[in-house]
Amino acid sequence: MSADFARPVARSGLNKRPVFDPALVACPDCDLLQRLPEVPAGSTACCARCQARLWRHKTDSLNRTLALAVAAALLLVIANSVPMLGLSVAGRAASTTVLGGVLAMWDDGRQTVAMLVLFTAVIAPALEIACLLAVSLAVRRPPAPQWAGTLLRGYEVLREWSMIEIMLLGVLVALIKIAELATVIPGLAMFVLGTLVFLLAAMAATFDPRDAWARVAWAAGESLRQAPGLARAAEDKR
Amino acid sequence: MSAVPASARSLGLAGCEVCGLVSRLPPGKSAAHCPRCGERLHFRRRASVESCWALVIAALILYIPANLLPVLTTYTPLGVETDTILQGVVELWSPSSWPLAIIVFVASITIPLGKLIALAYLLITVQRGSIQSTVQRARLYRMVKFIGRWSMLDVFVDTFVVALVQLKPLMWVAAGPGVIFFAGVVVVTMIAVNCFDPRLIWDLPEKENDVRQRSPA
Ligand SMILES: [Zn+2]
Ligand SMILES: [Zn+2]
Repeated sequence: MSADFARPVARSGLNKRPVFDPALVACPDCDLLQRLPEVPAGSTACCARCQARLWRHKTDSLNRTLALAVAAALLLVIANSVPMLGLSVAGRAASTTVLGGVLAMWDDGRQTVAMLVLFTAVIAPALEIACLLAVSLAVRRPPAPQWAGTLLRGYEVLREWSMIEIMLLGVLVALIKIAELATVIPGLAMFVLGTLVFLLAAMAATFDPRDAWARVAWAAGESLRQAPGLARAAEDKR
Repeated sequence: MSAVPASARSLGLAGCEVCGLVSRLPPGKSAAHCPRCGERLHFRRRASVESCWALVIAALILYIPANLLPVLTTYTPLGVETDTILQGVVELWSPSSWPLAIIVFVASITIPLGKLIALAYLLITVQRGSIQSTVQRARLYRMVKFIGRWSMLDVFVDTFVVALVQLKPLMWVAAGPGVIFFAGVVVVTMIAVNCFDPRLIWDLPEKENDVRQRSPA
């Protein structure tokens, strides 16, 4: 894959060397080529044609993401180690955790479904948090190593498959369903998961992938890129 | 840059789908690697329409057993009872829990079917080269992508009902075969949405505009 790298787009016609133009974007939803406006922190830049969100400029993205990711990691561990639901009927009691649900499906002969639940409710959220944790630490001193880029790319995929909020609603419905048959006791994990849903949403909303990508070392080698600040300074001197 | 809106492709540029960097593809080539993240760069996702159609049809086929086969089998001293997804919704309907019944109905029946209809509509309009209601179609695509995950709800409901109600021999619940097909529908439709390249919606209107602007008034 070393041979056919595409060329970065030149910043200006005057400068013959290819200089990475950080403000140039092609809308991912409609391919309209446009220049990102200087958006103040906290605001969003949208595509002029299809209104897709192009960039949400975040305040202090790295530190806040790191803090939220640490908290989320902690809550995820707790949520998976304490009971989520308890039940009692006719003097008998039972309780289950998130992993207990996976195991029950597995034992019931529905291994595919068990793996899907395991992935969407435990593995994907855990990896999603781990990715952001590692990225928000790694990109502090640019250029960050290439693996930070790999994690960033994994994060985008995992985000779609991490379904804690849907699982929590599912548990709630299950609870109501079972309430007809037996007495149900919500466990500690339910409240922890409820908090985790908000933390994960906040984490995703605070993270600024554009900013992180700008700090990652280039696959084609650093020679192709020039820091935008440097490029501007070089042009000024001329 | 000219004042006329132009797509990156018409200028020989491609935006990376992973990192967002815009780069110039080597002349005559339709694919290369992104210099920043190393991802394969292309103007449009390869075989987007064909693979999306294939997945939509696969999901439609899975949708039938997912709704006809039972998802839960309840064993009680009073007897054995099997529930399909729809029966589960009906049972959940009560003066106190009807809002949840509506949520489950929407997530398990409306969303998967709506998603398939929406994707088919997007695919057909792209194939016929429609130039109408592009903004609405772009919005529809984003909505389908955003809401689609929620149809996993019923898989989670069934999982935790089965996990908790295991009081053999008094009373227990087993998962029915419908769950597998239903999970299949959810996964396949999620992949189908990701196969569709929303940029296709805008490709033809753009060409049409070019022709209009170039032709003498
Ligand atoms: Zn756009
Ligand atoms: Zn890239």
